[in-house]
Amino acid sequence: MAVEVILPKVDMDMATGIISKWHVKNGDTVKKGQVLFEMETDKSAIEIDAPAGGIINNIEAQSGAATPIGAIVAMIYAAGEAVLETKAVAPVVEAAQVLKSGVLEKIATIVQSSSSGTRATPLARRLARHKKLDLSAVMGSGPRGRITAQDVEGYKSVAAVVAAPAPDASATMAMYQAGSYDVKPLDGMRRTIAQRLTLSKQTVPHFYLSAKCDLTQLILVRERINMTAPLDETKKPKWKLSINDYVIKALALALQRVPAANVTYTDEGILQHRSSDVGVAVSVEGGLFTPILRNAENKSLSQLSIEMKDLASRARTRKLQPPEYTGGTTAVSNLGMYGIEQFTAIINPPQATILAVGTGIEQFVPVNKQPVLKTLMECTLSCDHRAVDGAVGAELLRAFKAFIEEPALMLA
Amino acid sequence: MATLVFIFEIETGLMNSALKKANLGKNQRPFYANTSPAALKEALRKMHLVRMFEEMAEDSYIRGLTHGTMHLSIGQEASAVGITMGLRKTDYITSTHRGHGHCIGKGAEAKYMFAEFFGKEEGYCKGRGGSMHIADPETGNLGANGIVGGGLPLATGAALAIKQQKRDDVAVCFFGDGASNEGAFHESLNLAAVWKLPVVYVCENNGYGMSVSTDRSMSVPNVADRASSYNMPGVIVDGNNIADVAEAMVVATERARRGEGPTLIECKTYRTRGHSRSDRNKYRTKEEIEEWKARDPIPLFEKELLDMGIFKQADIDAVQASVKAEIEDGFNFARSGTDPVPEDVTRDVYAREIA
Amino acid sequence: MRELSFAQALHEALDIAMEADERVFIMGEDIGVYGGAFGVTGDLVHKFGEDRVMDTPIAELGTAGAAVGAAVAGSRPILEFQFSDFSGLAMEQIVNQAAKMRYMLGGKVNVPVVFRMPCGSGTGAAAQHSQSLEAWFAHVPGLKVIEPSTPADAKGMLLAAIEDPDPVLIFEHKLLYKIKGDVPEGHYLTPIGKAHVAREGRDVTVVAAAIMVHKALEAAEILQAEGIEVEVVDLRSIRPIDTATIIASVKKTTRLACIYEGVKTLGIGAEISALVAESEAFDYLDAPILRLGGAESPIPYSPILEKAAVPQVDGIVEALRNLVKGRI
Repeated sequence: MAVEVILPKVDMDMATGIISKWHVKNGDTVKKGQVLFEMETDKSAIEIDAPAGGIINNIEAQSGAATPIGAIVAMIYAAGEAVLETKAVAPVVEAAQVLKSGVLEKIATIVQSSSSGTRATPLARRLARHKKLDLSAVMGSGPRGRITAQDVEGYKSVAAVVAAPAPDASATMAMYQAGSYDVKPLDGMRRTIAQRLTLSKQTVPHFYLSAKCDLTQLILVRERINMTAPLDETKKPKWKLSINDYVIKALALALQRVPAANVTYTDEGILQHRSSDVGVAVSVEGGLFTPILRNAENKSLSQLSIEMKDLASRARTRKLQPPEYTGGTTAVSNLGMYGIEQFTAIINPPQATILAVGTGIEQFVPVNKQPVLKTLMECTLSCDHRAVDGAVGAELLRAFKAFIEEPALMLA
Repeated sequence: MATLVFIFEIETGLMNSALKKANLGKNQRPFYANTSPAALKEALRKMHLVRMFEEMAEDSYIRGLTHGTMHLSIGQEASAVGITMGLRKTDYITSTHRGHGHCIGKGAEAKYMFAEFFGKEEGYCKGRGGSMHIADPETGNLGANGIVGGGLPLATGAALAIKQQKRDDVAVCFFGDGASNEGAFHESLNLAAVWKLPVVYVCENNGYGMSVSTDRSMSVPNVADRASSYNMPGVIVDGNNIADVAEAMVVATERARRGEGPTLIECKTYRTRGHSRSDRNKYRTKEEIEEWKARDPIPLFEKELLDMGIFKQADIDAVQASVKAEIEDGFNFARSGTDPVPEDVTRDVYAREIA
Repeated sequence: MRELSFAQALHEALDIAMEADERVFIMGEDIGVYGGAFGVTGDLVHKFGEDRVMDTPIAELGTAGAAVGAAVAGSRPILEFQFSDFSGLAMEQIVNQAAKMRYMLGGKVNVPVVFRMPCGSGTGAAAQHSQSLEAWFAHVPGLKVIEPSTPADAKGMLLAAIEDPDPVLIFEHKLLYKIKGDVPEGHYLTPIGKAHVAREGRDVTVVAAAIMVHKALEAAEILQAEGIEVEVVDLRSIRPIDTATIIASVKKTTRLACIYEGVKTLGIGAEISALVAESEAFDYLDAPILRLGGAESPIPYSPILEKAAVPQVDGIVEALRNLVKGRI
């Protein structure tokens, strides 16, 4: 997965930086930490190092051109990785123009274009540009959720966003004919879901990676293991492993293989977790819970299966204690039982990833130019880009896929 | 009318009917008896100038050299020149969409008219007016009008200003038979009569309001008949006979200058060209057009001048040659004129812009 | 300073102008011994005589054209329309002649004519005697359109109109004729094309003209008690329009309401809204632009309906409150 090279903010009050000199050119192999370019600020010149090793490409920002901070100025690719055609590179303007008023605002407008779907007053947009604030993170207090200047001024932190008033309910109701609906009061769970997922979508920069996993081996293994399950007093098997149990275990092990993905982002620093604590989304009447299977990497499949069953049943009766669904480093959301083939999930903070698991589908796959019938399960990993970069997420998904496709590895 | 005495002195623009009474010759109508040869020659020159200006304009149009349409007064030159030849520079005229003759009659130069025609900055209206609005305010021409009847209240107002300012000038209002059906005609004549304004209303009745003939559009046979409603003289003249026109105009002008009020003169005439260049003449016959062409006012005037021995053919030829040269020079002057720049589109909308 | 009514202020302006410049004369229906339908010309006929204070026949087209013609011929005519509604009869001369003559003639003539236009509803005069047609005329390049709201401005702006080299239409709201205010003595000019901030405020800019300035000021007083500070810009001139003052005010308050008596659709408010939206003030807007204008109907006779047909103080208060509180 390619790594972005951005123009970093190095001074408090800088909006743009001028790249005075590139030390590398497109196609060069760079080592992590190698000086890529020199940048000028109001105060001094500074050298910027490569964030990763690989082959640099997409160098777009020209020397002498002012570039907004945070703009992607190049990409570093792994050997053999295709160079992206779509240039994720911010526009540049001539250095001489930077000092002229208005140019900075123009740059900011372009940077800000991702929030163009947000309903906001012109003044709110302008203030957000000045504050370098992503409007999609701001809750609008006006009709239909319109963001006003006051909303932008009042925006301080994630907590403030959560505390911000929701869009005026009466305005929303006014959009439907009176009597054409019933109002069901919000319960605590619904409020929590609304707040947490809104917070996540608005503050966590998600990106998504998908892979199809071949279940052929896993299905065979599962059948054999389930046949060996010990029986209880009523002669029923003590456990019956589900595909989902393997998914939990595989993800837990994959996180141990790729510790860079077993993290949580905070403003103070990245929390590097030691254990793989895997949340599992459990649908309940009127909502969902995500209880956590802790130290999942160290638990046997049967242990995980029994624990999961217990957590799920207590979730449905709302008997879970808060510590049982707080924290976690990743989560699994499986909609395969509904026949869903592929979907993306919203990360459940403070976790850094969540795996959306689809149903297994029989498909002919070419093997040695012959069609071979396989059962494929598509999984989509959502990653918090603040903590997990593309390459790391890709590593995690690759490791997960390896465990699923060769379940014997889980024994290693 | 025949008993009146006339004298025209074009050079000064002044007129005094008593001055040269003794010069009235036998069998000569007042126009010829009392107009100096120089003034007669100037009148003939202007008629030719109007005619050749319009012919050249028509030619330019046909060859695609000009923009927009034009309304030609070919056939109506006696009216335009006969009415204006005795006016002073300080007298006013208001003109019509068929106004090239009035403009030249009141003293405009062909080269600046051509320049306007070609939309040049050198044009009388700096290219903002075009054929339909060519006018030279310097010579007392308050403008040709694209609105039928538009000039009637304006001339009335100019006459009101003359009266307010206690001047002895007159305002002359050209309009057509079509305009006499407009409310503006009736309101204006009433105002001028009530206030005894120094204005002469000159209807050039060419028989058609675009395609509709006067007998289909008017309740009375003559426009002049309408004067009685406003208690002012209504005079009918042969609009193709410059002497007829000029003699009536002298009477009307003197009455106006004396403060006795307005007159309505109806010049019966004909335009031998269509209403505008897009006219196919479907509403009138070839015979009718030929009949009027046979009464072309310019040869008519030339014949009288020759018959009375005022001019020789050589004099007339010389006038024509000089006009031809003037037209060619004017045309070339205009063609090489300055095009306006787009940035100036809003220039001259206001006399005092407000930032 | 002494107080004069709006009508007295206009009368004084006419008196001063006619005293100072003998080219100036007034014409109109019943402006002589009758003194004008709203008493503006009053006794001027006795001072200046019938030649300079001219009663005209009822002939709006003819007299309007006569005023234009006289202006072109060096006089300084002022034509009083008895009701501005009657200008429909004279549209030809105002729009096709007065507005265009200078331009059509390449800038070689001036048309220094003034049309006085009593306008507005509130007198029970119904559909043909109550309109506010200023936007019609403001749409025509070549005309200047002004609309004072105070006696002092009425005098200063009428004098400015008379001295202006271009055709000027001065709209006089009939309900203003009796209002009183301080009016300076003697000759002075209130410039055409300059708006006036009648009240300063930080929360919302109201751009209004004529009677609506007074209604907006009343509304501002009420809203002040609620902690809402309304800035009222008295437009004074519709064409040319003072974009700078409007933009500066909107940048300050971040909200704009246009309040005018003419029909709301395609009216003055549309122009003000558009010019703000096109300007740098756009980026300062923190709420949708609000227009309060006349109803989409002729002015009705019934006093209840007549009130309903144009913005009233209560409605202005509510609309401004909603605007400032972010409810619209």
